[in-house]
Amino acid sequence: MLDADFFRRWLTAAAAAVDREAERLTALDSPIGDADHGSNLQRGFAAVVAALEKEEPPTPGAVLTLAGRQLISTVGGASGPLYGTLLRRTGKALGNDAAEVTGEQLRDALRTGVEAVRTLGGAAPGDKTMVDALVPAVDALGESFAAAAAAAERGAEETTGLQARKGRASYLGERSIGHRDPGATSAALLVAALAEAAGARAEAADV
Amino acid sequence: MKMLINVPETVVADALRGMAAAHPELAVDVENRVIVRRDAPVAGKVALVSGGGSGHEPLHGGFVGPGMLSAACPGEVFTSPVPDQMVRAAAAVDSGAGVLFIVKNYTGDVLNFDMAAELAEDEGIQVAKVLVDDDVAVSDSLYTAGRRGTGATLFVEKIAGAAAEEGRPLEQVESLARKVNENSRSFGVALDACTTPAKGSPTFDLPAGELELGVGIHGEPGRERRAMMTSREIADFAVDAVVDDLDPRNPVLVLVNGMGATPLLELYGFNAEVQRRLAERGVPVARVLVGNYVTSLDMAGASVTLCQIDEELLRLYDAPVRTPGLRWGV
Repeated sequence: MLDADFFRRWLTAAAAAVDREAERLTALDSPIGDADHGSNLQRGFAAVVAALEKEEPPTPGAVLTLAGRQLISTVGGASGPLYGTLLRRTGKALGNDAAEVTGEQLRDALRTGVEAVRTLGGAAPGDKTMVDALVPAVDALGESFAAAAAAAERGAEETTGLQARKGRASYLGERSIGHRDPGATSAALLVAALAEAAGARAEAADV
Repeated sequence: MKMLINVPETVVADALRGMAAAHPELAVDVENRVIVRRDAPVAGKVALVSGGGSGHEPLHGGFVGPGMLSAACPGEVFTSPVPDQMVRAAAAVDSGAGVLFIVKNYTGDVLNFDMAAELAEDEGIQVAKVLVDDDVAVSDSLYTAGRRGTGATLFVEKIAGAAAEEGRPLEQVESLARKVNENSRSFGVALDACTTPAKGSPTFDLPAGELELGVGIHGEPGRERRAMMTSREIADFAVDAVVDDLDPRNPVLVLVNGMGATPLLELYGFNAEVQRRLAERGVPVARVLVGNYVTSLDMAGASVTLCQIDEELLRLYDAPVRTPGLRWGV
């Protein structure tokens, strides 16, 4: 079972990963975006960690809902509403009351969150966006957290060959091909952080 | 790259504090990042709220004041503001006559303003939205996020602002704003990339002797790179791109807009070529505005915006305006 502490560890690990990789995310965002993806997410996840420490939400759903609201209120750009919606809708799907959720419940809730992201941003797999990492990750989550992380990383890597059809990179047309998508890359970091949080639970890591 | 800043993290807040000091007629909330006309809400008047990433100054904060915007929400550099800012701005300026959100068509701005509109309506504020998408360089809207909002934003904010000042109801102000956007087109070129404070180096590499055609205003590369052209050749290319798309039958407003690092001397020279080309294309010109209005930090280059007008739009464009960035008739 996964409790509120597990979700706090996930988001703390995500914040650390974003900190660690901020320069790389911004560098990826330079040739096909506007060179701020790393710093924007750093600001957002720092606010998430601060809010979680201050408000100590007691349930998995409450942790994710609070984190999503923080991202929407602090990041801006497209990634704020999109990542904010991902966490908020995942949290709402888990419900505010359950003190613990199963891996299966998390997978279903994440699927709902990813669907909400697709509806909000209008992106389909293959459009060279965060969706290209998130959709395979949720599909692989049935297997294990590690498999989800690997699938997200593979999905992010494969965006390199795609032409962007959504977001700022789409203005480049064919010139967007050959660059790895920064949004898919940060989405893969988020999933890797989930696996990291699960790994800290030793042998009970798999769903 | 050397910059006149303290640290990248406080660039926007520092600029807002300086703006507050320079413009006592504006109420600048540095912490919450909202710039409001000090006399707002104006009784019975529709309020105009815009916003977007910082780095395009004077857009949008410099266009707050009588005859133009009621409030502006500056985001981080090149990053859309967050919904909380727009809701706060809307609540501060709404007189009960409703609020028009003027949104440049970028994914981030659209998503954040959409969320803000929902939240503001929950608070009982009537909200209408108009999207600005005038950039002809984005050709294939089906496979992109659609045309970008650039220079036409100035015309939309000026003309809708004048209509609101006249006491027109929300649906009229909204439909005039939409009409201005539908009749406007822009095309931009970059001679050099810009440098964001967070990155500290140019956002893309543009070798000496080359230029980017069809750039936006966020340091993103354009559609095409060519060997450097003369002012005359660039004017031909930009004017033709705009005129071919707009196909104007009526007189136009012309904005020859600097991207931030191109001197006025060059912009005026460029305007001479733009006017020559417009005359060759048989486009009658009603008004011309030359200067740095919708900038992209320190990008070198310029954009050309045409807005096809009728008598009413021209009258509203000529109406008095008193803002830090645009001021006439008062």
